[in-house]
Amino acid sequence: MDALLLQILNGLDKGSAYALIALGLTLIFGTLGVVNFAHGALFMIGAFCAVFIQGLLNLSYETIDETQKDFLGNPLKVKTPYLENWFGPETGGAIIDWSVPLAILFAIPVMIAVGVIMERGLIKHFYKRPHADQILVTFGLAIVLQEVIKYFYGANPIPTPAPSSLTGAFDFGVLLGFDPNAVIYPYWRMIYFVFAMSIIGAVFAFLQFTTFGMVVRAGMADRETVSMLGINIDKRFTMMFGIAAAVAGLAGVMYTPIAPPNYHMGMDFLVLSFVVVVVGGMGSLPGAVLAGFLLGILESFASTTWATTTIPGINQVIIYVVAIIVLLTRPRGLMGRKGVMEE
Amino acid sequence: MAILEVKGVNKRFGGLAALSDVNLTVQESTVHAIIGPNGAGKSTLLNCLVGKLMPDSGSVMFDNRSVLGRKPHEINQMGISRVFQTPEIFGDLTVLENIMIPCFAKRDGAFRMHAFEQFANEAELIDKSDAILADVSMADQRDAHAASLSRGDKRRLEMAMCLVQEPRLLLLDEPTAGMARADTNNTIDLLKEINSKRDITMVIIEHDMHVVFSLAERITVLAQGTPLVEDTPDNIKGNPKVQEAYLGESQI
Amino acid sequence: MLGLNKNDTTLFVVIIILTILAPFLLNPFPTESTLAQFNAGYPDLMEKFVVFGIFAIGFNILFGLTGYLSFGHAAFLGVGSYSAVWIYKLFTYNVIPALILAVIVSGIFAILIGYVSLRRSGIYFSILTLAFAQMSFALAYSVLSNPKFNLTNGETGLQIYANDLQLFHRESLPNFPHIFGLSMGSTYKLGVGPWEFQFNVAYYFCALMMIASFYFAIRLFRSPFGMMLRAIKSNQQRLNYTGLNSRPYMLAAFVVSGMYAGLAGGLLAVTDPLAGAERMQWTASGEVVLMTILGGTGTLIGPVLGAGFIKYFENIFSKINDQVLHQWFTFLPDGIEDFLVAIVHPFIGKGWHLTLGILFMLVVIFLPGGLVEGGQRIARIARRLMNRDKAADAANVSAE
Repeated sequence: MDALLLQILNGLDKGSAYALIALGLTLIFGTLGVVNFAHGALFMIGAFCAVFIQGLLNLSYETIDETQKDFLGNPLKVKTPYLENWFGPETGGAIIDWSVPLAILFAIPVMIAVGVIMERGLIKHFYKRPHADQILVTFGLAIVLQEVIKYFYGANPIPTPAPSSLTGAFDFGVLLGFDPNAVIYPYWRMIYFVFAMSIIGAVFAFLQFTTFGMVVRAGMADRETVSMLGINIDKRFTMMFGIAAAVAGLAGVMYTPIAPPNYHMGMDFLVLSFVVVVVGGMGSLPGAVLAGFLLGILESFASTTWATTTIPGINQVIIYVVAIIVLLTRPRGLMGRKGVMEE
Repeated sequence: MAILEVKGVNKRFGGLAALSDVNLTVQESTVHAIIGPNGAGKSTLLNCLVGKLMPDSGSVMFDNRSVLGRKPHEINQMGISRVFQTPEIFGDLTVLENIMIPCFAKRDGAFRMHAFEQFANEAELIDKSDAILADVSMADQRDAHAASLSRGDKRRLEMAMCLVQEPRLLLLDEPTAGMARADTNNTIDLLKEINSKRDITMVIIEHDMHVVFSLAERITVLAQGTPLVEDTPDNIKGNPKVQEAYLGESQI
Repeated sequence: MLGLNKNDTTLFVVIIILTILAPFLLNPFPTESTLAQFNAGYPDLMEKFVVFGIFAIGFNILFGLTGYLSFGHAAFLGVGSYSAVWIYKLFTYNVIPALILAVIVSGIFAILIGYVSLRRSGIYFSILTLAFAQMSFALAYSVLSNPKFNLTNGETGLQIYANDLQLFHRESLPNFPHIFGLSMGSTYKLGVGPWEFQFNVAYYFCALMMIASFYFAIRLFRSPFGMMLRAIKSNQQRLNYTGLNSRPYMLAAFVVSGMYAGLAGGLLAVTDPLAGAERMQWTASGEVVLMTILGGTGTLIGPVLGAGFIKYFENIFSKINDQVLHQWFTFLPDGIEDFLVAIVHPFIGKGWHLTLGILFMLVVIFLPGGLVEGGQRIARIARRLMNRDKAADAANVSAE
């Protein structure tokens, strides 16, 4: 029982990331009819927003401390971040410590801008081109974005820790009457899950309760009719692209403490997110979220020692196997509308 | 002899009954028109005949064999060809190639891996295609790109693609929609000739009454998914029920 | 000739001549000259040209003719390599059985993947093939590499060890892939003045395979089957209403295409007897897409050109470093020299992928027909200019 709970919890953080990326993919596919192979790159750029902010906050100047010697006997060079100089070591240190959450503030405008520029500058010109061309050009863009990041930050993962007060773990088991240490769950993962849920909730509420959202939903159902109503749907879709980019970016920012970001993390997530979208049902937002969590949890179960000793490497392929079974038995996916995915 | 028999066909889309209890008998070698106001279920009925839609209940017999549950390509192989409302042709291929494909389909009947064969050895099919192109007076456009044809020519090409298969039943979905009067008359002549010379049964869905009354030997009037009346053109003209169904529409 | 029309025959003969003379043509610079780094006439790179040429020709049969974009073709490449290496390990270093098995196994693999993936079209097909390729990669990388059942040797890659069975291997035979005793590694070097040309068995063997593949591709493109595939790309619904089920055609095209990839994978193991999982990663699938698009989708020669182009620049660009750049720009004033080097720096060496990505986007956006279309455009402009000159000349003459 406790093991079961542990695996479900373990699946939640990855599931959250899948759900957020899949949500953005579905939004873009549903509104613009474009399959965005660069969406993983947006996730990655979000993660590097956190890296950038961490670097920025850590900008330091060097002073020479004559009282201390390094191991060669020379005077010790001490790096002091400007922030600590400005705000005093305490406040300054705290700001640096909280660089990942702070990066959110930076990432939102940046990601929206990236998304809008991408749509206006590139994707817009591909609405009337074949799907294959859309896939290809976004694939090319993904490579370019990846390589640009690699040029600036190198190929190695960059550790981006969570605030130190949030690095601990929470003992869930005790709460539910299990043995201590049976079900421990890091705070940050819990935060990631809550964060993901609130973003998902915000997106749904936005689509449900605003006129903007209503038009977008109508546009997802039938683009031509809405554009005939005289509503400037294109502008709204551009905004939608920006929002989808922001969702992916925020998912990336918050994921950095869970796994240190590297330049190709986006691609790894993208492929799985596509599978998530297909399993959830192409064009279905709730389907994307549901499938994201389900597959994340499934993957976590497949990663248990029991599973991997029974079938080695099962955790690597389980998602694909499920996707194939779903496609063969229920082609439109878990929550897809009839006819959407059956061609 | 009846070549096509539709019995008690029902089809619902959600809450909407598109077809309810449709019965239709088409005699061999005749031209049978289906008319009716918009939304009467004409196209739905046609889609049920070619395997695009599956009726909820009822039976569709072609030549005493059921077509229900068969795939479109299987139904075509039984001898039913279809002309679409907007011409469906292979735009990237040449006119001749467009005709060759139904020729292969007719001769081979199913998939064949002729990856290492050559067109040079298919003289018989090429002759047949050329002959049909001459029949629809498109011989001089033989090597043109099909996408570059005019709409009228695309329509004729599609017709030729169906004819070359020598179908027993030809279904036409508004074959003159959007055509100029002269083109319409040419099409009528072409269809008349096809019917008499090749002995192909035809079912036509049409809005243009001029076309209907020039061609059809029997007319079925559909209204709200149900056949209202089936009769000869002369009787249909004077039928008050039909006028009501149409007047209702034209007054809008 | 050989059932090809005049234009195709010319193209085919040109291809044959180019591949045979490649060791000369690709080696225009003397060995000692500073430009020697641009030479491509060494076996390793020439083999890559032809092997990836085969891969791209096969991919083009699927994508170019039917318009179905597979993002998982590298899986077949990998399967081909693994099959070939297993023949080496179990039986013999002779490449013929290795290649036969590579093609058969990748064909079977393609049937399985194709059967499922082809239930969908358009983007769903692309996503499905992508998922399959990633799954194959995961299978090769970890699942099928465990003490109980080690088929792929995981991260290390499958290679031949001294204690392998090699049932039909004899002392007299080379300890390297060979064809009936003639080692694939043997190279004949011909020195002409300052030049040195290398004639390598593996290259010529692969070249022969590419010529055969190319010939079969021409025949397929021009056959009724090829026409059916183009018909699917053009209007799949019409084909279905014309009495033919499109699916078996698609599956056949997918399998043929997969077998080409398998052959290419087998040939990679001919030039170097090992097989690694990274060959199956989806970036590798992306690469063959790049080659085909860059060269010219749906054309016969395009994929071969694209493969050559990408492999050449991959090798050359990744070799250029700042030092080389400084040499090039040395004639410029120092400041400008440094500036130019700094500008070019991100695009060379390890930055080659950035160049590739940008190039790829540019081609998709502005030149959907790839290099072939580019060449045609240039030819058209040149012709127009020539005609104008002629017309001008004629006008001058008449004016006089």
